[in-house]
Amino acid sequence: MTRTRLFMLAVALIAFGVLPFFLKSYGLYLLTLFCVYLMATYGLNLTVGYAGQMSLGHAAFFGIGAYHAAILLKLGWPFLLVLAIAAVACFIVGLALGFPALRVQHHYLAFATLGFNVLVFLMMRNEQTITGGTFGISAIPRPSLLGYSLDGAIPFFYFTYASTLTLVALLWWLLRSPWGRAFAALRDNPIRAESLGINITAYTLLAFAIGAACAGVGGVYFAALVGFIEPAPFHFSWSMTMLLAVIVGGSGRFFGPVLGTVIIVLLPEWLRGAQNWYLAVFGFLVVALMVWLPGGLSSIPDRFARKAAK
Amino acid sequence: MSNSIIEFDQVVAGYTPSVTILNGTTLDARAGEITLLIGPNGAGKSTVLKTLFGMLVPRSGEVRFEGRRVNGKSQRELLAQGMAYVPQGRNLFASLSVLHNLELGGITLPRAERGPRMDEVLARFPRLLERIDNQASTLSGGEQKQLEIGRALLLRPRVLLIDEPSIGLSPRLVQEVMALLRQLADQGVTVLMVEQNVRTALKYSDRALVLEMGRLALDRPPAHLLDDPNLNRLFLGGHVPDPERLDAPMQER
Ligand SMILES: Nc1ncnc2c1ncn2[C@@H]1O[C@H](COP(=O)(O)OP(=O)(O)OP(=O)(O)O)[C@@H](O)[C@H]1O
Ligand SMILES: [Mg+2]
Repeated sequence: MTRTRLFMLAVALIAFGVLPFFLKSYGLYLLTLFCVYLMATYGLNLTVGYAGQMSLGHAAFFGIGAYHAAILLKLGWPFLLVLAIAAVACFIVGLALGFPALRVQHHYLAFATLGFNVLVFLMMRNEQTITGGTFGISAIPRPSLLGYSLDGAIPFFYFTYASTLTLVALLWWLLRSPWGRAFAALRDNPIRAESLGINITAYTLLAFAIGAACAGVGGVYFAALVGFIEPAPFHFSWSMTMLLAVIVGGSGRFFGPVLGTVIIVLLPEWLRGAQNWYLAVFGFLVVALMVWLPGGLSSIPDRFARKAAK
Repeated sequence: MSNSIIEFDQVVAGYTPSVTILNGTTLDARAGEITLLIGPNGAGKSTVLKTLFGMLVPRSGEVRFEGRRVNGKSQRELLAQGMAYVPQGRNLFASLSVLHNLELGGITLPRAERGPRMDEVLARFPRLLERIDNQASTLSGGEQKQLEIGRALLLRPRVLLIDEPSIGLSPRLVQEVMALLRQLADQGVTVLMVEQNVRTALKYSDRALVLEMGRLALDRPPAHLLDDPNLNRLFLGGHVPDPERLDAPMQER
Protein backbone atom coordinates (compact mmCIF):
# COMPACT_ATOMS: atom_id res chain seq x y z
CA MET A 1 0.00 0.00 0.00
CA THR A 2 1.41 3.34 -0.99
CA ARG A 3 1.74 6.35 1.28
CA THR A 4 -1.01 8.31 -0.44
CA ARG A 5 -3.40 5.39 -0.21
CA LEU A 6 -2.63 4.96 3.45
CA PHE A 7 -3.26 8.66 3.96
CA MET A 8 -6.57 8.48 2.09
CA LEU A 9 -7.59 5.51 4.17
CA ALA A 10 -6.81 7.35 7.39
CA VAL A 11 -8.81 10.36 6.23
CA ALA A 12 -11.77 8.15 5.32
CA LEU A 13 -11.66 6.34 8.67
CA ILE A 14 -11.56 9.62 10.61
CA ALA A 15 -14.31 11.17 8.49
CA PHE A 16 -16.48 8.15 9.15
CA GLY A 17 -15.67 8.44 12.84
CA VAL A 18 -16.92 12.03 13.10
CA LEU A 19 -20.08 11.40 11.07
CA PRO A 20 -22.23 10.74 14.18
CA PHE A 21 -21.93 14.40 15.19
CA PHE A 22 -23.77 15.40 12.04
CA LEU A 23 -26.48 12.78 12.16
CA LYS A 24 -29.86 12.41 13.80
CA SER A 25 -30.66 9.24 15.67
CA TYR A 26 -32.00 7.36 12.64
CA GLY A 27 -28.94 8.24 10.61
CA LEU A 28 -26.74 7.05 13.43
CA TYR A 29 -28.73 3.83 13.56
CA LEU A 30 -28.13 3.27 9.83
CA LEU A 31 -24.46 4.06 10.25
CA THR A 32 -24.17 1.44 12.97
CA LEU A 33 -26.20 -1.01 10.92
CA PHE A 34 -23.77 -0.42 8.08
CA CYS A 35 -20.87 -1.44 10.33
CA VAL A 36 -22.79 -4.52 11.43
CA TYR A 37 -23.46 -5.66 7.89
CA LEU A 38 -19.89 -4.86 6.95
CA MET A 39 -18.63 -7.54 9.34
CA ALA A 40 -20.84 -10.07 7.60
CA THR A 41 -20.04 -8.98 4.05
CA TYR A 42 -16.30 -8.94 4.75
CA GLY A 43 -16.66 -12.55 5.80
CA LEU A 44 -18.67 -13.34 2.70
CA ASN A 45 -16.05 -11.65 0.53
CA LEU A 46 -13.49 -14.07 1.94
CA THR A 47 -15.68 -17.02 0.96
CA VAL A 48 -16.91 -15.73 -2.37
CA GLY A 49 -14.25 -13.33 -3.52
CA TYR A 50 -11.08 -14.93 -2.25
CA ALA A 51 -11.94 -18.62 -2.00
CA GLY A 52 -14.29 -18.50 -4.99
CA GLN A 53 -17.22 -20.31 -3.36
CA MET A 54 -20.86 -19.37 -3.88
CA SER A 55 -22.48 -19.17 -0.48
CA LEU A 56 -26.22 -18.61 -0.43
CA GLY A 57 -26.67 -19.06 3.29
CA HIS A 58 -24.78 -16.19 4.84
CA ALA A 59 -27.91 -14.73 6.46
CA ALA A 60 -28.37 -18.00 8.34
CA PHE A 61 -24.99 -17.58 10.03
CA PHE A 62 -25.84 -13.95 10.69
CA GLY A 63 -29.05 -15.22 12.31
CA ILE A 64 -27.30 -17.90 14.34
CA GLY A 65 -25.04 -15.21 15.76
CA ALA A 66 -28.01 -12.95 16.46
CA TYR A 67 -30.05 -15.61 18.25
CA HIS A 68 -27.05 -16.68 20.30
CA ALA A 69 -26.68 -13.07 21.35
CA ALA A 70 -30.37 -12.56 22.06
CA ILE A 71 -30.61 -15.62 24.27
CA LEU A 72 -27.28 -15.40 26.05
CA LEU A 73 -27.26 -11.61 26.55
CA LYS A 74 -30.68 -11.85 28.15
CA LEU A 75 -29.25 -14.42 30.52
CA GLY A 76 -26.75 -11.77 31.49
CA TRP A 77 -23.67 -13.37 29.99
CA PRO A 78 -20.77 -11.03 29.28
CA PHE A 79 -20.80 -9.64 25.75
CA LEU A 80 -17.30 -10.70 24.75
CA LEU A 81 -17.96 -14.26 25.86
CA VAL A 82 -21.20 -14.30 23.86
CA LEU A 83 -19.29 -12.93 20.89
CA ALA A 84 -16.70 -15.71 21.13
CA ILE A 85 -19.37 -18.40 21.52
CA ALA A 86 -21.33 -17.15 18.52
CA ALA A 87 -18.21 -16.96 16.37
CA VAL A 88 -17.04 -20.43 17.33
CA ALA A 89 -20.54 -21.87 16.85
CA CYS A 90 -20.79 -20.43 13.34
CA PHE A 91 -17.27 -21.58 12.55
CA ILE A 92 -18.09 -25.15 13.58
CA VAL A 93 -21.42 -25.17 11.77
CA GLY A 94 -19.61 -23.76 8.74
CA LEU A 95 -17.10 -26.60 8.83
CA ALA A 96 -19.83 -29.19 9.26
CA LEU A 97 -21.81 -27.75 6.35
CA GLY A 98 -18.87 -27.11 4.07
CA PHE A 99 -17.02 -30.36 4.65
CA PRO A 100 -19.41 -32.71 2.84
CA ALA A 101 -20.35 -30.11 0.23
CA LEU A 102 -16.79 -29.18 -0.71
CA ARG A 103 -15.60 -32.74 -0.76
CA VAL A 104 -18.09 -33.77 -3.39
CA GLN A 105 -17.91 -30.89 -5.80
CA HIS A 106 -17.32 -27.24 -5.31
CA HIS A 107 -20.59 -25.91 -6.66
CA TYR A 108 -22.62 -28.13 -4.34
CA LEU A 109 -21.82 -25.64 -1.65
CA ALA A 110 -24.29 -23.21 -3.21
CA PHE A 111 -27.14 -25.71 -2.88
CA ALA A 112 -26.06 -26.89 0.54
CA THR A 113 -25.96 -23.34 1.89
CA LEU A 114 -29.30 -22.44 0.34
CA GLY A 115 -30.97 -25.47 1.91
CA PHE A 116 -29.23 -24.75 5.16
CA ASN A 117 -30.58 -21.20 5.20
CA VAL A 118 -34.13 -22.40 4.62
CA LEU A 119 -33.76 -24.95 7.41
CA VAL A 120 -32.34 -22.44 9.86
CA PHE A 121 -35.11 -19.99 9.03
CA LEU A 122 -37.78 -22.63 9.71
CA MET A 123 -36.15 -23.53 12.99
CA MET A 124 -36.13 -19.90 14.07
CA ARG A 125 -39.80 -19.61 13.23
CA ASN A 126 -40.98 -22.93 14.61
CA GLU A 127 -38.88 -23.60 17.69
CA GLN A 128 -40.94 -21.15 19.70
CA THR A 129 -39.70 -22.20 23.12
CA ILE A 130 -36.15 -21.21 22.23
CA THR A 131 -36.50 -18.54 19.56
CA GLY A 132 -39.88 -17.06 20.34
CA GLY A 133 -41.09 -18.02 16.87
CA THR A 134 -42.49 -15.20 14.75
CA PHE A 135 -42.77 -12.99 17.84
CA GLY A 136 -39.03 -13.15 18.18
CA ILE A 137 -37.03 -12.07 21.19
CA SER A 138 -37.24 -8.53 22.48
CA ALA A 139 -35.55 -6.36 25.08
CA ILE A 140 -32.08 -7.60 24.23
CA PRO A 141 -29.70 -5.59 26.42
CA ARG A 142 -26.81 -3.64 25.00
CA PRO A 143 -23.44 -4.55 26.42
CA SER A 144 -21.32 -2.67 28.86
CA LEU A 145 -17.58 -2.75 28.67
CA LEU A 146 -15.35 -2.53 31.76
CA GLY A 147 -18.26 -1.10 33.69
CA TYR A 148 -18.96 1.54 31.04
CA SER A 149 -22.44 1.23 29.57
CA LEU A 150 -22.77 1.18 25.79
CA ASP A 151 -26.52 1.79 25.93
CA GLY A 152 -26.45 5.14 24.17
CA ALA A 153 -26.53 5.30 20.39
CA ILE A 154 -23.20 7.12 20.15
CA PRO A 155 -21.16 4.87 22.47
CA PHE A 156 -22.65 1.81 20.82
CA PHE A 157 -21.75 3.18 17.41
CA TYR A 158 -18.13 3.69 18.41
CA PHE A 159 -17.99 0.27 19.97
CA THR A 160 -19.35 -1.31 16.78
CA TYR A 161 -17.11 0.82 14.60
CA ALA A 162 -14.01 -0.20 16.56
CA SER A 163 -15.08 -3.84 16.43
CA THR A 164 -15.61 -3.68 12.68
CA LEU A 165 -12.18 -2.13 12.19
CA THR A 166 -10.65 -4.86 14.34
CA LEU A 167 -12.34 -7.58 12.32
CA VAL A 168 -11.34 -5.99 9.02
CA ALA A 169 -7.75 -5.58 10.25
CA LEU A 170 -7.68 -9.25 11.24
CA LEU A 171 -8.85 -10.25 7.78
CA TRP A 172 -6.24 -7.97 6.23
CA TRP A 173 -3.55 -9.65 8.29
CA LEU A 174 -4.94 -13.08 7.44
CA LEU A 175 -4.95 -12.40 3.72
CA ARG A 176 -1.37 -11.19 3.88
CA SER A 177 -0.13 -14.28 5.67
CA PRO A 178 1.23 -17.14 3.56
CA TRP A 179 -2.10 -18.81 4.21
CA GLY A 180 -3.97 -15.89 2.68
CA ARG A 181 -1.58 -15.64 -0.24
CA ALA A 182 -2.40 -19.21 -1.07
CA PHE A 183 -5.83 -17.81 -2.01
CA ALA A 184 -4.24 -15.37 -4.39
CA ALA A 185 -2.42 -18.34 -5.86
CA LEU A 186 -5.61 -20.38 -6.05
CA ARG A 187 -7.45 -17.61 -7.82
CA ASP A 188 -4.55 -16.92 -10.11
CA ASN A 189 -4.22 -20.54 -11.19
CA PRO A 190 -5.62 -23.48 -9.21
CA ILE A 191 -3.64 -26.07 -11.16
CA ARG A 192 -0.35 -24.39 -10.41
CA ALA A 193 -1.37 -23.90 -6.81
CA GLU A 194 -2.16 -27.56 -6.44
CA SER A 195 1.18 -28.56 -7.92
CA LEU A 196 2.82 -26.72 -5.03
CA GLY A 197 0.91 -28.87 -2.60
CA ILE A 198 -1.76 -26.36 -1.64
CA ASN A 199 -4.71 -28.35 -0.33
CA ILE A 200 -7.50 -26.65 -2.20
CA THR A 201 -10.35 -28.33 -0.33
CA ALA A 202 -8.93 -27.59 3.10
CA TYR A 203 -8.25 -23.97 2.20
CA THR A 204 -11.68 -23.28 0.79
CA LEU A 205 -13.34 -25.05 3.70
CA LEU A 206 -11.45 -22.93 6.18
CA ALA A 207 -12.27 -19.77 4.25
CA PHE A 208 -15.94 -20.72 4.26
CA ALA A 209 -15.93 -21.37 8.00
CA ILE A 210 -14.13 -18.11 8.75
CA GLY A 211 -16.63 -16.29 6.55
CA ALA A 212 -19.43 -17.91 8.54
CA ALA A 213 -17.83 -16.88 11.82
CA CYS A 214 -17.65 -13.26 10.62
CA ALA A 215 -21.38 -13.39 9.84
CA GLY A 216 -22.00 -14.76 13.33
CA VAL A 217 -20.04 -11.88 14.84
CA GLY A 218 -22.06 -9.41 12.77
CA GLY A 219 -25.24 -11.10 13.98
CA VAL A 220 -24.30 -10.56 17.62
CA TYR A 221 -23.90 -6.82 17.05
CA PHE A 222 -27.12 -6.80 15.04
CA ALA A 223 -29.07 -8.24 17.97
CA ALA A 224 -27.52 -5.76 20.37
CA LEU A 225 -28.14 -2.83 18.03
CA VAL A 226 -31.75 -3.56 17.17
CA GLY A 227 -32.67 -4.93 20.61
CA PHE A 228 -35.30 -7.14 19.07
CA ILE A 229 -34.96 -10.02 16.64
CA GLU A 230 -37.35 -12.16 14.68
CA PRO A 231 -36.67 -14.57 11.79
CA ALA A 232 -37.29 -12.13 8.89
CA PRO A 233 -33.82 -10.57 8.59
CA PHE A 234 -32.33 -14.05 8.34
CA HIS A 235 -34.45 -15.20 5.45
CA PHE A 236 -32.42 -16.49 2.53
CA SER A 237 -33.36 -13.44 0.48
CA TRP A 238 -31.00 -11.58 2.80
CA SER A 239 -28.28 -14.03 1.86
CA MET A 240 -28.86 -12.97 -1.72
CA THR A 241 -28.68 -9.33 -0.68
CA MET A 242 -25.37 -9.87 1.08
CA LEU A 243 -24.05 -11.76 -1.90
CA LEU A 244 -25.10 -8.84 -4.08
CA ALA A 245 -23.30 -6.45 -1.76
CA VAL A 246 -20.10 -8.41 -2.27
CA ILE A 247 -20.50 -8.69 -6.02
CA VAL A 248 -21.64 -5.11 -6.53
CA GLY A 249 -18.74 -3.84 -4.46
CA GLY A 250 -16.27 -5.98 -6.38
CA SER A 251 -15.74 -9.47 -5.04
CA GLY A 252 -12.22 -10.41 -4.12
CA ARG A 253 -11.26 -6.76 -3.65
CA PHE A 254 -10.36 -5.96 -0.13
CA PHE A 255 -12.41 -2.78 0.11
CA GLY A 256 -15.17 -4.09 -2.16
CA PRO A 257 -17.63 -4.87 0.64
CA VAL A 258 -17.50 -1.27 1.88
CA LEU A 259 -19.06 0.12 -1.29
CA GLY A 260 -21.35 -2.85 -1.76
CA THR A 261 -22.70 -2.61 1.76
CA VAL A 262 -23.34 1.13 1.45
CA ILE A 263 -25.59 0.39 -1.48
CA ILE A 264 -27.32 -2.51 0.18
CA VAL A 265 -27.98 -0.76 3.50
CA LEU A 266 -28.62 2.78 2.37
CA LEU A 267 -30.16 2.52 -1.05
CA PRO A 268 -33.30 0.77 0.21
CA GLU A 269 -33.75 3.68 2.61
CA TRP A 270 -33.36 6.30 -0.09
CA LEU A 271 -35.57 4.43 -2.47
CA ARG A 272 -38.24 3.88 0.13
CA GLY A 273 -40.29 6.63 -1.49
CA ALA A 274 -40.51 4.42 -4.55
CA GLN A 275 -42.57 2.02 -2.42
CA ASN A 276 -43.27 -1.20 -4.29
CA TRP A 277 -41.15 -0.01 -7.16
CA TYR A 278 -38.17 -0.18 -4.94
CA LEU A 279 -37.35 -3.79 -5.75
CA ALA A 280 -37.69 -3.21 -9.47
CA VAL A 281 -35.52 -0.08 -9.40
CA PHE A 282 -33.01 -1.84 -7.23
CA GLY A 283 -32.93 -4.89 -9.47
CA PHE A 284 -32.47 -2.71 -12.53
CA LEU A 285 -29.58 -0.84 -10.97
CA VAL A 286 -27.87 -4.08 -10.07
CA VAL A 287 -28.25 -5.52 -13.55
CA ALA A 288 -27.06 -2.28 -15.11
CA LEU A 289 -24.03 -2.33 -12.88
CA MET A 290 -23.23 -5.92 -13.72
CA VAL A 291 -23.38 -5.10 -17.41
CA TRP A 292 -21.35 -1.88 -17.35
CA LEU A 293 -19.07 -2.63 -14.45
CA PRO A 294 -18.58 -6.35 -14.02
CA GLY A 295 -15.64 -5.79 -11.66
CA GLY A 296 -17.92 -4.03 -9.20
CA LEU A 297 -17.91 -0.46 -7.93
CA SER A 298 -14.41 -0.66 -6.54
CA SER A 299 -13.03 -1.34 -10.00
CA ILE A 300 -13.92 2.20 -11.12
CA PRO A 301 -10.50 3.71 -10.25
CA ASP A 302 -8.73 0.93 -12.17
CA ARG A 303 -10.93 1.61 -15.11
CA PHE A 304 -10.06 5.28 -15.16
CA ALA A 305 -6.41 4.42 -14.75
CA ARG A 306 -6.60 2.13 -17.76
CA LYS A 307 -8.40 4.75 -19.83
CA ALA A 308 -5.79 7.32 -18.89
CA ALA A 309 -3.02 4.94 -19.87
CA LYS A 310 -4.44 4.53 -23.36
CA MET B 1 17.71 -51.82 -12.50
CA SER B 2 18.66 -51.46 -8.89
CA ASN B 3 19.33 -47.73 -8.85
CA SER B 4 16.22 -46.78 -10.79
CA ILE B 5 14.54 -44.14 -8.73
CA ILE B 6 11.65 -43.77 -11.16
CA GLU B 7 10.09 -46.62 -13.08
CA PHE B 8 7.24 -46.83 -15.54
CA ASP B 9 6.06 -50.37 -16.09
CA GLN B 10 3.68 -50.87 -19.03
CA VAL B 11 1.85 -47.67 -18.17
CA VAL B 12 -1.31 -46.84 -20.09
CA ALA B 13 -2.73 -43.37 -19.49
CA GLY B 14 -4.73 -40.69 -21.26
CA TYR B 15 -6.86 -37.61 -20.74
CA THR B 16 -10.12 -38.90 -22.16
CA PRO B 17 -11.65 -42.37 -21.90
CA SER B 18 -11.43 -42.99 -25.63
CA VAL B 19 -7.83 -41.95 -26.31
CA THR B 20 -4.72 -43.26 -24.63
CA ILE B 21 -1.57 -41.17 -24.85
CA LEU B 22 0.82 -43.49 -23.06
CA ASN B 23 0.47 -46.90 -24.68
CA GLY B 24 2.26 -49.30 -22.39
CA THR B 25 5.18 -47.01 -21.66
CA THR B 26 8.11 -48.65 -19.90
CA LEU B 27 11.03 -46.48 -18.88
CA ASP B 28 13.13 -45.57 -15.91
CA ALA B 29 15.36 -42.83 -14.55
CA ARG B 30 18.41 -43.54 -12.44
CA ALA B 31 19.34 -41.85 -9.22
CA GLY B 32 21.63 -38.85 -9.50
CA GLU B 33 21.41 -38.66 -13.28
CA ILE B 34 19.89 -36.23 -15.70
CA THR B 35 17.57 -38.24 -17.86
CA LEU B 36 16.48 -36.40 -20.95
CA LEU B 37 13.13 -37.27 -22.44
CA ILE B 38 12.80 -36.26 -26.07
CA GLY B 39 10.52 -37.01 -28.97
CA PRO B 40 8.26 -35.36 -31.52
CA ASN B 41 5.43 -33.03 -30.56
CA GLY B 42 2.53 -34.89 -29.08
CA ALA B 43 4.58 -37.99 -28.32
CA GLY B 44 3.46 -37.87 -24.71
CA LYS B 45 6.56 -36.46 -23.02
CA SER B 46 4.69 -34.01 -20.87
CA THR B 47 2.13 -36.70 -20.20
CA VAL B 48 4.85 -38.91 -18.72
CA LEU B 49 5.74 -36.16 -16.25
CA LYS B 50 2.11 -35.44 -15.42
CA THR B 51 1.41 -39.11 -14.81
CA LEU B 52 4.45 -39.33 -12.60
CA PHE B 53 3.34 -36.31 -10.60
CA GLY B 54 -0.14 -37.67 -9.96
CA MET B 55 -2.03 -35.41 -12.34
CA LEU B 56 -3.18 -38.39 -14.39
CA VAL B 57 -4.07 -41.78 -12.99
CA PRO B 58 -2.73 -44.65 -15.10
CA ARG B 59 -5.37 -46.96 -16.50
CA SER B 60 -3.04 -49.89 -16.16
CA GLY B 61 0.57 -50.58 -15.44
CA GLU B 62 2.58 -49.31 -12.56
CA VAL B 63 4.46 -46.13 -11.74
CA ARG B 64 7.10 -46.51 -9.05
CA PHE B 65 9.06 -43.91 -7.16
CA GLU B 66 11.95 -45.28 -5.12
CA GLY B 67 10.51 -48.72 -5.55
CA ARG B 68 7.08 -47.79 -4.20
CA ARG B 69 3.97 -47.81 -6.31
CA VAL B 70 2.65 -44.28 -6.63
CA ASN B 71 -0.25 -44.69 -9.08
CA GLY B 72 -2.98 -42.24 -8.21
CA LYS B 73 -1.12 -40.56 -5.35
CA SER B 74 -1.96 -36.91 -4.84
CA GLN B 75 0.49 -34.19 -5.72
CA ARG B 76 0.78 -33.32 -2.07
CA GLU B 77 1.76 -36.86 -1.14
CA LEU B 78 4.35 -36.96 -3.90
CA LEU B 79 5.81 -33.62 -2.84
CA ALA B 80 6.08 -34.98 0.67
CA GLN B 81 7.79 -38.08 -0.67
CA GLY B 82 10.45 -35.98 -2.35
CA MET B 83 9.26 -35.31 -5.86
CA ALA B 84 9.00 -31.84 -7.38
CA TYR B 85 7.60 -30.73 -10.71
CA VAL B 86 8.25 -27.64 -12.79
CA PRO B 87 5.64 -27.63 -15.57
CA GLN B 88 6.06 -26.28 -19.06
CA GLY B 89 5.54 -22.57 -19.62
CA ARG B 90 5.10 -19.87 -17.03
CA ASN B 91 4.26 -21.14 -13.61
CA LEU B 92 4.66 -18.16 -11.36
CA PHE B 93 1.84 -16.28 -9.73
CA ALA B 94 2.26 -13.11 -11.71
CA SER B 95 0.65 -10.73 -9.24
CA LEU B 96 2.70 -11.91 -6.28
CA SER B 97 6.24 -10.86 -5.42
CA VAL B 98 9.32 -13.02 -5.84
CA LEU B 99 9.40 -13.59 -2.10
CA HIS B 100 5.76 -14.64 -1.94
CA ASN B 101 6.05 -16.94 -4.91
CA LEU B 102 8.99 -18.62 -3.27
CA GLU B 103 7.20 -18.81 0.04
CA LEU B 104 4.25 -20.61 -1.56
CA GLY B 105 6.61 -23.36 -2.65
CA GLY B 106 7.16 -24.06 1.02
CA ILE B 107 3.53 -23.86 2.06
CA THR B 108 3.54 -27.50 3.12
CA LEU B 109 6.57 -26.97 5.36
CA PRO B 110 6.36 -26.17 9.05
CA ARG B 111 6.63 -22.42 9.50
CA ALA B 112 9.93 -22.61 11.41
CA GLU B 113 11.58 -24.46 8.58
CA ARG B 114 10.35 -22.20 5.80
CA GLY B 115 12.66 -19.28 6.53
CA PRO B 116 15.96 -21.19 6.56
CA ARG B 117 15.00 -23.12 3.44
CA MET B 118 14.22 -19.89 1.63
CA ASP B 119 17.58 -18.47 2.62
CA GLU B 120 19.18 -21.63 1.36
CA VAL B 121 17.49 -21.33 -2.03
CA LEU B 122 18.16 -17.61 -2.32
CA ALA B 123 21.85 -18.19 -1.62
CA ARG B 124 21.87 -20.21 -4.81
CA PHE B 125 20.15 -17.47 -6.82
CA PRO B 126 21.66 -14.08 -5.97
CA ARG B 127 19.68 -12.42 -8.77
CA LEU B 128 16.41 -13.43 -7.15
CA LEU B 129 17.58 -12.03 -3.86
CA GLU B 130 18.18 -8.67 -5.53
CA ARG B 131 14.62 -8.65 -6.86
CA ILE B 132 12.98 -10.21 -3.87
CA ASP B 133 10.19 -7.63 -3.54
CA ASN B 134 9.51 -7.22 -7.24
CA GLN B 135 6.37 -8.57 -8.77
CA ALA B 136 7.10 -11.94 -10.40
CA SER B 137 5.74 -10.71 -13.74
CA THR B 138 8.52 -8.10 -13.93
CA LEU B 139 11.30 -10.70 -13.91
CA SER B 140 13.13 -11.63 -17.07
CA GLY B 141 12.46 -15.03 -18.58
CA GLY B 142 15.63 -16.50 -17.15
CA GLU B 143 14.95 -15.11 -13.70
CA GLN B 144 11.44 -16.50 -13.82
CA LYS B 145 12.77 -19.95 -14.60
CA GLN B 146 15.27 -19.63 -11.77
CA LEU B 147 12.46 -18.72 -9.43
CA GLU B 148 10.38 -21.68 -10.56
CA ILE B 149 13.27 -24.04 -10.04
CA GLY B 150 14.14 -22.40 -6.73
CA ARG B 151 10.56 -22.77 -5.60
CA ALA B 152 10.66 -26.45 -6.46
CA LEU B 153 13.94 -26.88 -4.58
CA LEU B 154 12.44 -25.45 -1.41
CA LEU B 155 11.20 -28.89 -0.42
CA ARG B 156 14.66 -30.38 -1.06
CA PRO B 157 13.33 -32.89 -3.58
CA ARG B 158 15.23 -36.03 -4.45
CA VAL B 159 13.65 -36.04 -7.88
CA LEU B 160 13.02 -32.99 -10.02
CA LEU B 161 10.69 -33.26 -13.00
CA ILE B 162 11.09 -30.36 -15.38
CA ASP B 163 9.22 -29.77 -18.61
CA GLU B 164 10.92 -27.73 -21.36
CA PRO B 165 12.82 -25.30 -19.15
CA SER B 166 14.50 -23.62 -22.11
CA ILE B 167 11.36 -22.27 -23.76
CA GLY B 168 11.66 -18.55 -24.36
CA LEU B 169 15.22 -18.29 -23.08
CA SER B 170 18.22 -16.97 -24.95
CA PRO B 171 20.95 -19.52 -25.74
CA ARG B 172 23.12 -18.16 -22.95
CA LEU B 173 20.31 -18.51 -20.43
CA VAL B 174 19.57 -22.01 -21.65
CA GLN B 175 23.17 -22.93 -20.90
CA GLU B 176 22.79 -21.37 -17.49
CA VAL B 177 19.67 -23.36 -16.65
CA MET B 178 21.24 -26.58 -17.92
CA ALA B 179 24.37 -25.93 -15.87
CA LEU B 180 22.18 -25.43 -12.83
CA LEU B 181 20.41 -28.73 -13.42
CA ARG B 182 23.79 -30.41 -13.91
CA GLN B 183 24.95 -28.98 -10.61
CA LEU B 184 21.83 -30.25 -8.89
CA ALA B 185 22.30 -33.71 -10.35
CA ASP B 186 25.91 -33.75 -9.21
CA GLN B 187 24.64 -32.97 -5.74
CA GLY B 188 22.45 -36.05 -5.90
CA VAL B 189 19.14 -34.76 -7.23
CA THR B 190 17.70 -36.99 -9.93
CA VAL B 191 16.48 -34.90 -12.84
CA LEU B 192 13.95 -36.05 -15.41
CA MET B 193 13.81 -33.39 -18.08
CA VAL B 194 11.73 -32.94 -21.21
CA GLU B 195 13.45 -30.65 -23.67
CA GLN B 196 13.11 -29.61 -27.31
CA ASN B 197 16.45 -27.90 -27.30
CA VAL B 198 17.96 -31.30 -27.84
CA ARG B 199 21.53 -30.52 -28.82
CA THR B 200 22.19 -28.34 -25.83
CA ALA B 201 20.31 -30.56 -23.43
CA LEU B 202 22.13 -33.67 -24.55
CA LYS B 203 25.45 -32.12 -23.57
CA TYR B 204 24.33 -31.89 -19.98
CA SER B 205 22.49 -35.20 -19.73
CA ASP B 206 23.57 -38.65 -18.66
CA ARG B 207 21.04 -40.48 -20.68
CA ALA B 208 18.50 -39.82 -23.39
CA LEU B 209 15.15 -41.52 -23.83
CA VAL B 210 13.27 -41.05 -27.06
CA LEU B 211 9.52 -41.28 -26.82
CA GLU B 212 7.35 -41.90 -29.83
CA MET B 213 3.59 -42.23 -29.75
CA GLY B 214 3.59 -42.96 -26.07
CA ARG B 215 6.27 -45.62 -26.15
CA LEU B 216 9.95 -45.68 -25.53
CA ALA B 217 11.67 -45.84 -28.91
CA LEU B 218 15.33 -45.39 -27.99
CA ASP B 219 17.43 -45.42 -24.86
CA ARG B 220 20.91 -44.06 -25.50
CA PRO B 221 23.90 -42.41 -23.97
CA PRO B 222 23.72 -38.80 -25.18
CA ALA B 223 26.99 -39.00 -27.11
CA HIS B 224 25.51 -41.62 -29.42
CA LEU B 225 22.45 -39.57 -30.15
CA LEU B 226 24.43 -36.45 -30.85
CA ASP B 227 26.15 -38.24 -33.68
CA ASP B 228 22.93 -39.78 -34.92
CA PRO B 229 22.09 -38.49 -38.39
CA ASN B 230 18.47 -39.27 -37.63
CA LEU B 231 18.34 -36.90 -34.69
CA ASN B 232 16.81 -34.09 -36.67
CA ARG B 233 14.38 -36.28 -38.47
CA LEU B 234 13.27 -37.69 -35.16
CA PHE B 235 11.93 -34.36 -34.09
CA LEU B 236 10.19 -33.68 -37.30
CA GLY B 237 8.15 -36.73 -36.50
CA GLY B 238 9.83 -39.18 -38.85
CA HIS B 239 10.33 -42.71 -37.68
CA VAL B 240 13.81 -43.99 -37.01
CA PRO B 241 15.09 -46.99 -38.90
CA ASP B 242 17.30 -48.50 -36.26
CA PRO B 243 17.96 -52.16 -35.51
CA GLU B 244 18.39 -51.42 -31.84
CA ARG B 245 14.88 -50.05 -31.38
CA LEU B 246 13.21 -51.26 -28.24
CA ASP B 247 9.93 -51.79 -29.97
CA ALA B 248 8.77 -51.66 -33.53
CA PRO B 249 7.03 -48.50 -34.73
CA MET B 250 3.31 -48.87 -34.38
CA GLN B 251 2.70 -47.66 -37.89
CA GLU B 252 4.35 -45.68 -40.59
CA ARG B 253 3.40 -42.05 -40.72
N1 LIG C 1 -5.10 -31.71 -21.00
C1 LIG C 1 -5.22 -32.49 -22.09
N2 LIG C 1 -6.44 -32.95 -22.47
C2 LIG C 1 -6.56 -33.72 -23.57
N3 LIG C 1 -5.56 -34.09 -24.36
C3 LIG C 1 -4.32 -33.67 -24.04
C4 LIG C 1 -4.10 -32.83 -22.89
N4 LIG C 1 -2.78 -32.56 -22.83
C5 LIG C 1 -2.20 -33.18 -23.88
N5 LIG C 1 -3.12 -33.84 -24.61
C6 LIG C 1 -2.86 -34.66 -25.79
O1 LIG C 1 -1.96 -35.69 -25.44
C7 LIG C 1 -1.01 -35.87 -26.47
C8 LIG C 1 0.37 -35.85 -25.89
O2 LIG C 1 0.58 -34.61 -25.29
P1 LIG C 1 1.90 -34.21 -24.51
O3 LIG C 1 1.68 -32.86 -23.97
O4 LIG C 1 2.27 -35.29 -23.58
O5 LIG C 1 2.95 -34.18 -25.69
P2 LIG C 1 4.45 -33.73 -25.68
O6 LIG C 1 5.24 -34.90 -26.09
O7 LIG C 1 4.80 -33.09 -24.40
O8 LIG C 1 4.43 -32.68 -26.84
P3 LIG C 1 5.11 -31.23 -26.95
O9 LIG C 1 6.48 -31.49 -27.47
O10 LIG C 1 4.27 -30.55 -27.97
O11 LIG C 1 5.07 -30.59 -25.62
C9 LIG C 1 -1.27 -34.82 -27.51
O12 LIG C 1 -1.93 -35.42 -28.58
C10 LIG C 1 -2.17 -33.82 -26.84
O13 LIG C 1 -3.10 -33.32 -27.76
MG1 LIG D 1 5.07 -31.11 -23.72
